[in-house]
Amino acid sequence: MGNRRGADGEAIRPATGADYRASVERTSVWAALRDHRYLTGPAPWRAAGYVTAGAPLGALLLAFLATALVTGITLTVVAVGLPLLLLLALTGLPVAALERRRLRPVDPAPAPSPHLAPGTPGLTAWLRLRLREQATWRELAYTVLMAFVLWPLDLAVAACTLALPALLAIAPAHLALAGGPDSGGVRPAKVWLVDSYPAACGTAALGLVLLLVLLHPLGAYAAARAALARLLLAPRETEARARLAEVTRSRARLVTAFEAERRRIERDLHDGAQQRLVALSMSLGLARLDAEPGGPLAQRLAVAHGEADAVLAELRELIRGIHPQVLADYGLPAAVEDAADRSPVPVDTDAELPRLPEPVESAGYFAVREALANVARHSGATRAAVHARHTGDRLRITVRDNGTGGADPAGGTGLTGLADRLAVLDGTLTVTSPPGGPTVLTLEIPCLPRPSSGPAPTV
Amino acid sequence: MPPAPVERSRAHRVVLAEDSVLLREGLVGVLGRFGHEVVAAVGDAQALRDAVATYAPDVVVTDVRMPPGFKDEGLRAAIALREERPGLPVLVLSQYVQRSYAAELLDTGDGGGVGYLLKDRVGQVEQFVDAFTRVAEGGTVVDPEVVRQLLRHRRDPLERLTPREREVLALVAEGRSNAAIAAELVVTEAAVGKHVGNILAKLDLPPADGTHRRVLAVLAFLRA
Repeated sequence: MGNRRGADGEAIRPATGADYRASVERTSVWAALRDHRYLTGPAPWRAAGYVTAGAPLGALLLAFLATALVTGITLTVVAVGLPLLLLLALTGLPVAALERRRLRPVDPAPAPSPHLAPGTPGLTAWLRLRLREQATWRELAYTVLMAFVLWPLDLAVAACTLALPALLAIAPAHLALAGGPDSGGVRPAKVWLVDSYPAACGTAALGLVLLLVLLHPLGAYAAARAALARLLLAPRETEARARLAEVTRSRARLVTAFEAERRRIERDLHDGAQQRLVALSMSLGLARLDAEPGGPLAQRLAVAHGEADAVLAELRELIRGIHPQVLADYGLPAAVEDAADRSPVPVDTDAELPRLPEPVESAGYFAVREALANVARHSGATRAAVHARHTGDRLRITVRDNGTGGADPAGGTGLTGLADRLAVLDGTLTVTSPPGGPTVLTLEIPCLPRPSSGPAPTV
Repeated sequence: MPPAPVERSRAHRVVLAEDSVLLREGLVGVLGRFGHEVVAAVGDAQALRDAVATYAPDVVVTDVRMPPGFKDEGLRAAIALREERPGLPVLVLSQYVQRSYAAELLDTGDGGGVGYLLKDRVGQVEQFVDAFTRVAEGGTVVDPEVVRQLLRHRRDPLERLTPREREVLALVAEGRSNAAIAAELVVTEAAVGKHVGNILAKLDLPPADGTHRRVLAVLAFLRA
């Protein structure tokens, strides 16, 4: 039980293989079996519960399947039966969900659903996806197996390993209830005749010993049964990969949506507030021409005019921070130079790049800006340099400064945010910052140049 | 502030392109107030080119970002017009300035009759109309913000200049005459001339006659 329970914080991290392996607190029955303390632990009872519950569930399932099948076939004549039979094919879904849940006490490794979420809403899309998935048919196979084979097996194993020893163990009570030795004795579990209390006690002792001994095969059976369930119900490697790919894609979609939203906000501010403010400033400028020079009105107008212009300047900076137009128009090199121009620390830039996909340019730009902001804020540097090239199939940008070093990538949320942003594009961020400097930040994003459109960037 | 010296320059016929109705009306008002005639006020780049073909104006004033793409249609149209009609004065207004844009504009023709201003400047109506007039008369006007970016960009050679010389250089790059610079810095015109001579020498620029040539030489240096 060396593993730590997964904290809430871990659970919300992006799903990776490591996360799936984490949060295993209980050991499986199979692992417990190989431990000499098996009998004193909770594993035998979990195994017993698993197997015992399997029998009635399977019996119910058989009854349901038989009824549904008969009804379906009967109703085929009136055409209602066919959809009913189709639905029967989906019986595996709830059964599998229940069985995966039942798996937890005996095999606590996570067994997530192997199904994908449908890409479009609606019952039809869901149905189509489910019927196409291999997992659906594996689950149906498991369901049939459970209804016809597994539950009788469960019952048999439970009877042999639990009921038989238990009946032997209660022989004295059985005898007493039957009227004592004088009544002619009893046959616990129909094995042999017990007609005296010493014999009954001996039988009880034997039952207890038998119970302890048989808990091992019971555990082994439960483990095998769980392994079979896992084999059929848990996601296969390819399905897990498909899920991971789906998560990755949805994350990329989110980032794209954020980008689009930024551009929308930028355009709204540009078309709305900014234009109105310029018009206001113009009106104030004209009003100042009409006001008597030096008079109180002229003074007030001058103050108002100054305020309007200050707001305009602030708004312009705000809009630039949201989504710089130069990036869209001229691409990354011009935008990087623009960011460098605005840095309080002198920055040498050397960027020669083709036009790259929009998300890449955007991520690169914001990374450079964040890096330069860090240089100005923390490094104590007097000079920085940005170098950007696209070689082969990747964009590589380095930001280097001559500061004091000691930057901690784990400390600043800015750098973490950068790394997350790059991760969406399969990019990487490395920071080397030995005490005493220099700090070098390198980011790499795999990408291919955009198919050319419009003029090449010239700076 | 003295009343506007309208008579100083002759009236120009203007084609104006600006997609915001509010600003378009405002600009028509401002230019009209100083005696210029806006012969056509349009809302997109294609209409601008059509209007120039129809009216053959003295000056074009255009916004950068316009329909349909809301990117740099106005700038593209301005550059195309400069190529079709060499020497047509064009004043480009932009919501933000970018030295890449300035560079592209200045590379059209000989760079004379080109203006590139932050749109916010139109609020300072007199200075705006002054810049407009200089462009209309073949001068070069570059927004102080662009100059500031260019000065930041060329740090190394500029470190040879004194702070005063750098101030003068910025004003030269914006297209100001010696007289205007003298007025701005409250010094004599002769002092300005001396500063300019020193600057050109320190930056290895050839002495240029005429404000316009000098602006272009300085801008070319800053952009290099």
